[in-house]
Amino acid sequence: MFGLEKKDRSLLILVALLTIFAPFILNPFPEGSAMAQFNAGYPDLMQRFVIFGIFAIGFNILFGLTGYLSFGHAAFLGVGSYAAVWMFKLLSMNVVPAIVLAVVMSGLFALLIGYISLRRSGIYFSILTLAFAQMMFALAYSVLTPITGGETGLQLALDDPRILDGAGASAGNIPVPSLFGLEMRDSADLVLGSWVFTFNIGYYFCAVIMLLAFYLSIRIFRSPFGMMLRAIKSNQQRLNYTGLNPKPYTLAAFVISGMYAGLAGALMASMDPLAGAERMFWTASGEVVLMTILGGAGTLIGPVLGAGMIKYMENIISKINSDILHGWFAFLPDGLEDFVVTIIYPFIGKGWHLTLGLIFMAVVIFLPGGLVEGGQRLAALFRRKKTSTDDGSPAKTEPAE
Amino acid sequence: MGILEVKDVNKRFGGLQALGDVNLSVTENTCHAIIGPNGAGKSTLLNCLVGKLIPDTGSVMFDGQSVLGRTPHEINQLGISRVFQTPEIFGDLTVMENMMIPCFARRDGAFRLHAIESVGSETELREQAEQMLEDVNMLDKRHMHSASMSRGDKRRLEMAMCLVQNPKLLLLDEPTAGMARADTNNTIDLLKEIKDKRDITIAIIEHDMHVVFSLADRITVLAQGTPLVEDVPEKIKGHPKVQEAYLGESA
Ligand SMILES: Nc1ncnc2c1ncn2[C@@H]1O[C@H](COP(=O)(O)OP(=O)(O)O)[C@@H](O)[C@H]1O
Ligand SMILES: [Mg+2]
Repeated sequence: MFGLEKKDRSLLILVALLTIFAPFILNPFPEGSAMAQFNAGYPDLMQRFVIFGIFAIGFNILFGLTGYLSFGHAAFLGVGSYAAVWMFKLLSMNVVPAIVLAVVMSGLFALLIGYISLRRSGIYFSILTLAFAQMMFALAYSVLTPITGGETGLQLALDDPRILDGAGASAGNIPVPSLFGLEMRDSADLVLGSWVFTFNIGYYFCAVIMLLAFYLSIRIFRSPFGMMLRAIKSNQQRLNYTGLNPKPYTLAAFVISGMYAGLAGALMASMDPLAGAERMFWTASGEVVLMTILGGAGTLIGPVLGAGMIKYMENIISKINSDILHGWFAFLPDGLEDFVVTIIYPFIGKGWHLTLGLIFMAVVIFLPGGLVEGGQRLAALFRRKKTSTDDGSPAKTEPAE
Repeated sequence: MGILEVKDVNKRFGGLQALGDVNLSVTENTCHAIIGPNGAGKSTLLNCLVGKLIPDTGSVMFDGQSVLGRTPHEINQLGISRVFQTPEIFGDLTVMENMMIPCFARRDGAFRLHAIESVGSETELREQAEQMLEDVNMLDKRHMHSASMSRGDKRRLEMAMCLVQNPKLLLLDEPTAGMARADTNNTIDLLKEIKDKRDITIAIIEHDMHVVFSLADRITVLAQGTPLVEDVPEKIKGHPKVQEAYLGESA
């Protein structure tokens, strides 16, 4: 089925189930309970999980397979967003043409930037991509204001032409992005006791696209092309003397990952139709690097996990404040309570970056394969425990690879 | 006219004349050895044949075509495969994956995308790769991570990767350097077998006389960038000029 091997097929099905049931899985705590703030099952955040998942999946095709570390991939995300918003303004509020144009435009930009940057490798390649992205950010922020909206960003206006939608469609309000009439912001709530689950059209639309993007990335990973990309990372010298030219393959990987970024940018604009230059800022490029490494570069599912983890922390940990902390530790004696809160305080709220930094360092040092390696080690541990209780003999330590 | 014709090749590195007026003709389906003391220019000559270096003057013709100005991957596509002095393999890949890459290169050329088909569905190429692994006695290692193998096995794998491409010319740069006697003998046996079984021309650079006299049909002696003599092994053995070049080195 799907032309995948059994292991990959199971992974795809697992990811599909997780995304379909995400509104339940991410909302485990009843509404109004003390833990409810850890619920992540609201549309805005769920959309971000899958959109950044797409961004990281694409980035991983370049970085995870070829080892070329681009430090400017947010530029393609920005290009995708601008292209999509322009499509909403000029053509139609339907998201399909917006997404198509965004992917094409980001692909063209990636072709140009990749062609130039790939003349160098290693740190010089990274610096070149960074330089391009920062140039594009600067252009979008100031010089190209007529196209990008400059500091305020590119927004929809009531008098946009929207040729395909016809004049009457807006009826006094700025229309919202939709898929053939299904509005992206529409949601349905399901109330079960004190639990509330929200099903949002925009989320499911993005989720379907993420599943397609994930499926495509599995096919690429398992193809001769994917193997060639890993060979590029491993030994370019050998590749050259084996009759293969690494350049076009690397460029193809660069363009594909740029198009993934453009797709993610278009989806961001489809959920919330505005685009700003800050989306191309270097910190945004750095974020996708973190996501990929945190989850496990070169693994299939790692980038999605990394994206989910970072977005969760950004949105949930950052919302914890000192009042909430005092609430949690109220059971402690006063002096101790204050002490514990003082210790934890730097790591929450605006300090979530600190927590992220520490987790990132721990992962890089102890789990070079990212969260995926962590999962594999846990699984191996459980398997070993199980076999040792089954046959009653002490666990054998397997020789390290 | 040989399959490989080197004419009046010169190569300078700054003030150093690494190759001076090198002429060499390698006959099809023979094993031609190039020997000479360290620093004689053997590796430099080989690098001029595969596109890594470009000679200052002279010409290099392979199978009727000039190799000068072509990139290494283009030269490989003409039918020249090379083995490095230290084995160059894809360390992050398994042995089988290492074998598949040259198979794809031979079938599909220097650049053709096949991004959607799975490697697993390439049964024909897989069989070809497995057959080759069996020929070099490595089939049992096909799922191994190639970086974790012994140096002898890496050398074997590298040779298998070259041979699976069915090259017209196989270039070997000191394939037994740094090897234990047993590994050296294994390599000699392997190369002998290849020579007997296939229509292949082999050019081998070697320091070890034992290897050279076991394999070569003809020998060129290189000293200070210039060929001294070229002859069959029996004649080379007692040749005064060769004695001189080698004794001069050891003295
Ligand atoms: N890339 C290079 N730059 C400068 N000098 C070089 C280079 N490659 C080789 N040489 C010099 O050319 C001479 C021949 O080297 P080489 O071909 O490696 O000898 P061999 O392989 O016969 O031992 C040596 O003196 C070496 O130092
Ligand atoms: Mg040498």
